[in-house]
Amino acid sequence: MILEWLLPSASTYASDINRLFDVITLLVGIPFLVASYLLFSFILRFKAKSGRKALYITGTEHQYIKWIHRAHIPILAFDVIIVVMAVNVWFAVKQNLPEANATVRVIAQQWAWTFVHPGPDNVLDTADDITTINELHVAANTLYHFKLESLDVLHDFSIPAFRLKQDAIPGRVITGWFEATRTGDFLIQCAEICGIGHALMPARIFVESSEQHSAWVEANSPISVAAR
Amino acid sequence: MAESIRVEHAAHHDDHHEMSFTEKYVFPLDHKMIAMQYMFTGMFMAVIGGFFAYVFRMQIAFPGMDVPFFGPVTPAAYNSLVTNHGTIMIFWVAMPVLIAAFGNYLIPLMIGADDMVFPRINRLSYQIFLISAVIILAAFFVEGGAFGGAWTAYPPLSTKSQYNLTPLGSTFWITAVALEFVAFLLGGINFITTAMNSRAPGMKMWDIPMVVWMIVIASILFMLSVGPLLAGGIMMLLDQNLGTAFFDPNRGGDPILWQHLFWFFGHPEVYVVLLPAVGIVAEVITVFSRKKLFAYKTVLYTAIGTGILSFTVWAHHQFIAGIDPRMANVFTVTTLLISVPIAEMLFVYIATLYGGSITLTTPMLWALSFIFEFLIGGVTGIFLGASGNDIYMHDTYFVLAHFHYTFYPIAIIGTYAGFTFWFPKMFGRMMNDKLGKIHFWLTIIPFNTIFIPLFVLGAAGHHRRIFDYRNFPELSYPWMWELQHLATYSLIVMLLAQIIFFYNVITSWVSGPIAPKNPWNSNTLEWTATSPPPHGNWPDGLPTVYRGPYEYSHPDRKSSDFWPQDEPA
Amino acid sequence: MSARPIATTRSAAGMPTPRLAVWWLIASEIVIFGGILGSYIMHRLAHGIWADYAANTNPWIGAFNTFVLLTSSLSAVLAHQAAERGEGKRAANLLYLTTLGGVVFLCVKAFEWTTEISHGMTITSNTFWSFYYTAAGIHAAHVIAGGIIMLIVAQTAKKNLELHRVEIIGIYWHFVDLVWIFLFPLLYIAK
Ligand code: HEA
Ligand code: HEA
Ligand code: CUA
Ligand SMILES: [Cu+2]
Repeated sequence: MILEWLLPSASTYASDINRLFDVITLLVGIPFLVASYLLFSFILRFKAKSGRKALYITGTEHQYIKWIHRAHIPILAFDVIIVVMAVNVWFAVKQNLPEANATVRVIAQQWAWTFVHPGPDNVLDTADDITTINELHVAANTLYHFKLESLDVLHDFSIPAFRLKQDAIPGRVITGWFEATRTGDFLIQCAEICGIGHALMPARIFVESSEQHSAWVEANSPISVAAR
Repeated sequence: MAESIRVEHAAHHDDHHEMSFTEKYVFPLDHKMIAMQYMFTGMFMAVIGGFFAYVFRMQIAFPGMDVPFFGPVTPAAYNSLVTNHGTIMIFWVAMPVLIAAFGNYLIPLMIGADDMVFPRINRLSYQIFLISAVIILAAFFVEGGAFGGAWTAYPPLSTKSQYNLTPLGSTFWITAVALEFVAFLLGGINFITTAMNSRAPGMKMWDIPMVVWMIVIASILFMLSVGPLLAGGIMMLLDQNLGTAFFDPNRGGDPILWQHLFWFFGHPEVYVVLLPAVGIVAEVITVFSRKKLFAYKTVLYTAIGTGILSFTVWAHHQFIAGIDPRMANVFTVTTLLISVPIAEMLFVYIATLYGGSITLTTPMLWALSFIFEFLIGGVTGIFLGASGNDIYMHDTYFVLAHFHYTFYPIAIIGTYAGFTFWFPKMFGRMMNDKLGKIHFWLTIIPFNTIFIPLFVLGAAGHHRRIFDYRNFPELSYPWMWELQHLATYSLIVMLLAQIIFFYNVITSWVSGPIAPKNPWNSNTLEWTATSPPPHGNWPDGLPTVYRGPYEYSHPDRKSSDFWPQDEPA
Repeated sequence: MSARPIATTRSAAGMPTPRLAVWWLIASEIVIFGGILGSYIMHRLAHGIWADYAANTNPWIGAFNTFVLLTSSLSAVLAHQAAERGEGKRAANLLYLTTLGGVVFLCVKAFEWTTEISHGMTITSNTFWSFYYTAAGIHAAHVIAGGIIMLIVAQTAKKNLELHRVEIIGIYWHFVDLVWIFLFPLLYIAK
């Protein structure tokens, strides 16, 4: 709700993360409000008055300390709820890897993104692959795997509208997935400081309807280009 | 017995040996003078760190303008300003002021000793610290400029000059940080042994003021967490200058190793600075609410519990850094568990106010605002600790706002609370309370109007370390720019407000009303020495302790509402 | 130079301050070596081939050095006992002997390293050798530091002054020794 309102989401798991955010806001908000209410009300209630001496409380008396102990119950309970939800979302996004309809390769370097799309045959690393700079083209409602690499330093493949983020590490290929839910073009940004050009590696992801996408593939695959 | 004889000797010794200026102020052995050196070095660095913040906040809000008193901000300059702002604020402001300055000043005075156990090591520790400060600043003047790879200095960016383009700067950076660590290890040994061994006769474990406990626990925490990073620092220096490949993936190294070494220290570090601050707050709120600290031992246990837990959470900074995704689940659990002891600690502080007789002096305002502002910083940490949510939140301004809402209360609010509270003792003069309050409000309101907007921007997807958002359509809607402007304007107000503080310090120092021994009617031992205390603290005999530090408004005590620790029953 | 503060003469924790301090110093050193050895072990487990690199180290030289350090520790113990009995002169001589052990250790190391480097196994050859030289190097630095302090302590001990220091430097020396006991199998034997 809150995040949706600040930045409309565009991937399957974005809504889960939005919900998680709302729940956390609620669960930490309540104790926070209670705590601050007590803080301020005590400050106002116990202003120094001439002739009134402060109470002498060691804090070991059961009648007082029990309130501190009772506070643990909701906090622990809230912690448990947050952990369970967080781990669920995490598992869905990062731990399990659903079957993909297509795979793209994402290569980060100082300071640009190279995207390798499968050609008409829809398999990567074949002659008809389509390589683009700072432009990633995908079809909506299609589950993609991305193979993330870096040529030099750490970068981070971040698509805020998808609620997706993953560091790119030189010498490793990291696989992840996403599925766009609506067409349009969204921001891709590097989210790990990578030198003076860190702010200068924005890219865009174009989410097209499957027809548009296959048209784009047709038009750009080196084979068909050569054929013309 | 034997001790009292030695006291004569010490006193006798003092009258006869007059110290030269250099002995007294440049190379002092007296813990109070060393504390002042740390305090003012930290203050100076805070102004620099604040100035850096001013420069890059101007650049963020008004990209491309040439910033008054600085000029145009290049991407390289932006990165190095941000990097060194963070590094300086943590390692050259929070650490020296909260641990070294207050630790040096308060520990001997509060436990009734005449000095630290190793004055010479103490002096050495400051000198190493000073050198490190010079190095971190010198980096701005070497060719290539200062390091700009963020205060976390992730390799390979930090190790390969063809990537970071600051061949000397990055070496200066890691050298300065490593030296700073050595300085604080030496200081820490001093604090721990002093507090353990040199307590006044009669001062039992539970008679030690909370701030002393906290500084000692923080020193232990620091000592046990920094070692691996020191080793990592050496590896990084070798990678930079000898061409080893500890962190170079292409030659058998592992860049993630550095992240583990860094955060294994990095997270405990945040509690290293947190604990002294909450210690200061404990002293202030008990005095100004005339209340015994609620559940003294509970506070202590929560601090120790937090310390132990803090060693188990480091990878919450690396959720999406390419570590095994299954590990994230473990670290989510440990991270959220930390909310329990810290919540308990904060609740205990609030409970301390219950039934008190509260006077809102300047230090008290700072201390109370610490509790409130830190609550915000703390709860926002939970958003980030929840792994699933951190996928989106990582590296956004939400993280940024989170840790400014924790660090700022600690390093600035907590420091001001302690500084205004002990000012009479340190300088023998009372501070101007009216100016103090004006300074308080003109600092605390801008603080919130700086960082609340940054929470919103973070949740809207603003990433960190971006010198110009105009490249990102989704991140430059008008309302976003307005929030950025609000934050920057607020910062300028806040910085100007600091002038009031410095004016207040200077005028009070030279012409403020003379401070009595114990202006706040406080119990702890430092208030039984003259203000300021002489070399040796209690020239005519060190105090003996008869009761705990927080016996305020005791029913058996009719004459007054406080009961000094050194007053025989 | 003002007199030692009263604070230093107290011992509320029931342990003389210098000894307490050296234990804390050692605690902080343990985590430093823990950090580098931990990193080394993680890499070692990840890369099987490291065993082949390690095969190039000479366990006999390592063993000899271990022996040297152990004996020097023994003389440190004897020095402590002498100091307890107040025989400053004897304690000093034993400390000189201990330092000598350290010197021998370093000479052997120097010889060892020069041969290895001349055979092209330098700190930059690969990560194993980086760890090898770094870990051993940091340890060697501690040996040097310990030796120097030892000489200073011996100077005063000779005059029967500050005899308690003999024990302190002894504890430190045992620690440096112990670190080597860990390094030796990790760098030389594990193949
Ligand atoms: C002193 C500084 C300080 C302190 C005290 C904290 C405290 C906490 N921090 Fe923070 N943190 C930083 C400084 C600090 N942090 C810094 C500098 C960074 C960024 C580093 C960088 O990348 O540059 C960071 C980043 C950071 C991250 C990584 C974000 C990312 O980069 O993706 C995470 C993730 O878990 C986190 C979590 C926490 C948690 C759970 C706490 C907990 O200790 C908070 C516990 C306190 C409370 C929870 C409040 C009191 C409790 C209640 C009011 C009860 C209600 C609560 C519940 C029901 C749960 N912090
Ligand atoms: C203690 C820690 C601390 C403190 C206090 C501050 C203070 C401030 N910080 Fe900083 N900041 C960090 C730690 C801190 N910061 C860190 C770790 C980073 C990350 C760096 C990185 O990404 O690598 C960061 C990054 C950072 C950014 C992100 C830049 C980017 O990612 O692009 C921004 C942006 O607005 C910012 C703003 C500010 C502002 C406006 C203040 C203002 O509050 C500053 C105002 C200054 C003062 C009010 C000083 C007043 C004090 C005195 C005058 C002396 C008092 C002393 C005594 C009495 C002894 N900070
Ligand atoms: Cu690439 Cu930041
Ligand atoms: Cu953390």
